[in-house]
Amino acid sequence: MLEMRSARMAVVLLAVLFAGPWLLDDFILSVLTLVFLFASVGLAWNLMMGYAGQLSLGHALHFGAGAYAMGLLVTKLGVSAWFGLPLSFVVGALFGALVGALGFRFAVRGVYFALLTIAFAELARILVEHWAFAGGNGGLFLPALTPDNQPLLSLRGGAGFFYHALLVTLAVIWLACALLVRGRIGYYWRAVREDEDAARAIGVPATRVKVLAAALSAGFTGVCGAWYTLIQGSLFPDSVLGMRMSIDLIVAPIVGGLGTLFGPILGAIVIQPLNELSKDFAQEFSISGLKLIVYGAVLLVIVLFAPHGIWPPLARWLRIGRRK
Amino acid sequence: MLEFYGNVIVGGLLLGAVYALLATGLNVIFGVMRMVNFAHGEMVVVGMYVGYGLWAWTGAPALVAAPVAALLLFAMGYVFQRFVANRFVEAPQHMQFILYIAIALIITGLHAVFFGPDPRGIQSAASFEVYQLGLIRLDAVRTQAAVASLMLIAALWAWFRYSLTGKAIQAAAENRVGGQAIGIRIPHLFALTAGLGFACAGAAGALVAPMFDVQPYLGGEFTLVAFIIVIVGGLASLPGALVGGLLIGLAEALAATVVAPSMKALFSYGLLVLVILLRPQGLFGKVEA
Amino acid sequence: MSLLEVRGLTKVYSGLTAVSAVDFSVQEGSITALIGPNGAGKTTCFNLIAGATRCTAGQVLFDGQDITGQTPEQACERGIARTFQIVRPLAGMSVLENVVVGALLREHSVATAERQAMAVLERIGLGAKAHASASALALPERKLLELAKALATRPRLLMLDEVMAGLRPTEADGIAQVLRDLNGEGLTILLIEHVMRVVMAVAQTIVVLHHGEKIAEGEPGQIAHNPKVIECYFGGGAAHLAVKAAR
Repeated sequence: MLEMRSARMAVVLLAVLFAGPWLLDDFILSVLTLVFLFASVGLAWNLMMGYAGQLSLGHALHFGAGAYAMGLLVTKLGVSAWFGLPLSFVVGALFGALVGALGFRFAVRGVYFALLTIAFAELARILVEHWAFAGGNGGLFLPALTPDNQPLLSLRGGAGFFYHALLVTLAVIWLACALLVRGRIGYYWRAVREDEDAARAIGVPATRVKVLAAALSAGFTGVCGAWYTLIQGSLFPDSVLGMRMSIDLIVAPIVGGLGTLFGPILGAIVIQPLNELSKDFAQEFSISGLKLIVYGAVLLVIVLFAPHGIWPPLARWLRIGRRK
Repeated sequence: MLEFYGNVIVGGLLLGAVYALLATGLNVIFGVMRMVNFAHGEMVVVGMYVGYGLWAWTGAPALVAAPVAALLLFAMGYVFQRFVANRFVEAPQHMQFILYIAIALIITGLHAVFFGPDPRGIQSAASFEVYQLGLIRLDAVRTQAAVASLMLIAALWAWFRYSLTGKAIQAAAENRVGGQAIGIRIPHLFALTAGLGFACAGAAGALVAPMFDVQPYLGGEFTLVAFIIVIVGGLASLPGALVGGLLIGLAEALAATVVAPSMKALFSYGLLVLVILLRPQGLFGKVEA
Repeated sequence: MSLLEVRGLTKVYSGLTAVSAVDFSVQEGSITALIGPNGAGKTTCFNLIAGATRCTAGQVLFDGQDITGQTPEQACERGIARTFQIVRPLAGMSVLENVVVGALLREHSVATAERQAMAVLERIGLGAKAHASASALALPERKLLELAKALATRPRLLMLDEVMAGLRPTEADGIAQVLRDLNGEGLTILLIEHVMRVVMAVAQTIVVLHHGEKIAEGEPGQIAHNPKVIECYFGGGAAHLAVKAAR
């Protein structure tokens, strides 16, 4: 019964949001688009951390892999961006499976696993910086949009188009996560997160299950990377593969709440506008570094006072749902 | 040719000694207390700004700035550990990460706000001094930094091995409940440990300030170098930090010369991956049960 | 027919031999007890059989197949379920969810797994606590949960590691009855136990380990009077008690 009510609420919410471009101005639409983007990646990262319990601090690797997959496909091969979406999922998933398989095969856990993911992301960044084909440090630029551009063909358009595109992406990723988490794999992930050895003793194929989490998490992240390329129109290794991006990707789910399906979304809703505000404020008063202070302060407050994120206490207060 | 590479190698080793000091600081926090201090690099940058600031204000050389930075960072580390981080000693690692990343972001941001994002270099007469040792030209600043670092590392080793407090810290780290049971004041000891760790970072920063232009965003790189050295060398192993530091310093210097300066980190990260996968206890560490 | 056969099972930890050339077999449909003083290597044997630890030497045969070196999840898939001496509930999940994880080994649909899990819980008397958090249970209930998780995997061999430890006599008897019922339905049980009263009452065969070696194997009556067994529990001077009792 609670499921039905939540489902109805979700559909209504989706419908309301869909009307956005006809009600809001371009600036707000672009902020919301970023909210949807980071919420999507947050959900993806959450699969690995919040459900399977594996800490990845190098998710920029998958984001960047998807971003470059899309970027190269469109600029170098002149192929329709539509192919870039499944490609970026596959490329991202492959990198995720690779890092996961290596890590889990060698029983790398905790901090070491996190550092392993950072190392891989940094290695990728340095290599891409020297990869002339991908534009290296100078960056990769998508061809400029022509006046007769068809957004549904090129997957690039105005603020309204990207708003819808990322809203749909978020809805799809959310739905996929919800189905996974409620299914057999979700149970297995949670069991592995709680006590891997006890889980294995009752038949959970822990390594396979963790690699799957890594692959799915990375795949979804890759798709988001692809959208990032389309939105920005350009690609730089330092921005999509750097440590800064890895941190940006995880702030929202941590602030919102790990191990829940709404936490990452809530986190993005809180963080992205904050981001924009501090950027504007910083520009107006020529203070650089303000965004970092704000980010840091928010994370500090969360980790000290609401270590499981804002969503759990909020949900309790609103009396919504079961704790998953 | 030989002279050229000789100089590169020596330069790398000298820098490596300072890296070793930096890593020793992290070893003390991460190796002994198992706290994932992802803000270590930012503490180095604080030290660098102290070094730069003192020089800009009073013309003081790095060797004078280092103890000042060390004291300042000792205090910061002690207070931070005692009143904030101690609560996180038993917390899950991802939470520790977030705590330290938060601190790192705030400190970087503050640096950018107060000092501006532009790099600032120390240009003094001392910057160009060179000691000539046969064919090898030793950069004076680097040499002094290396010697100071080695002395500080040695002092810290000795203190941990021979002083009562030092031994107490090692005991407490190995067995917290046992330590409390015999009266060791854990919160104070851990705070002391963190203070020492940060002090090393600060001193290393001040020593390194004349060598690199100071800017707020260097923290991340230093943090990663420190972790690489600590893991490659071996957790809680002081000889490991020393050997690891020298190794990384040397490797980066050679990589920068032989391949390209921007690729120098490739070797370090590659080494990190190999060590994590194949020999996680590092060169000198003990295998965890 | 022996369901489980262990040959020359050996485990050496850098200098310490925990288990040394142990041979024994467990007949299908029986309840076998593995006993011995603390440190005899009983849990290590379990770990070796269930795949949680690698054998230094020796073989484990299950249903005639060599399963030496398999992983715990592979062993479970084959039908070997084991519990842990210090219970390991999946703390962040409910009692029912804990058991569902086990049931999902055989049922791929969450709905059927939930039904199966509920049935197991009812069977062993934890039905009422199905939706309680696993971490909120008292010790006897935690033991039952540990048992339920293992049963949900529909094992052919159930290995219990000191499931009676810490329970009051009535609670222990309760579990003993459940085990007898399960055995009556054909489940083979191998248990490590210190509560002798239960072992004597329930086990058909007893294997005795001491310092990593098997020193005796046989029916309860024989074992109780075996001088070597008495010696290892009570010390050298007590061996004469066995002779006395046998007369």
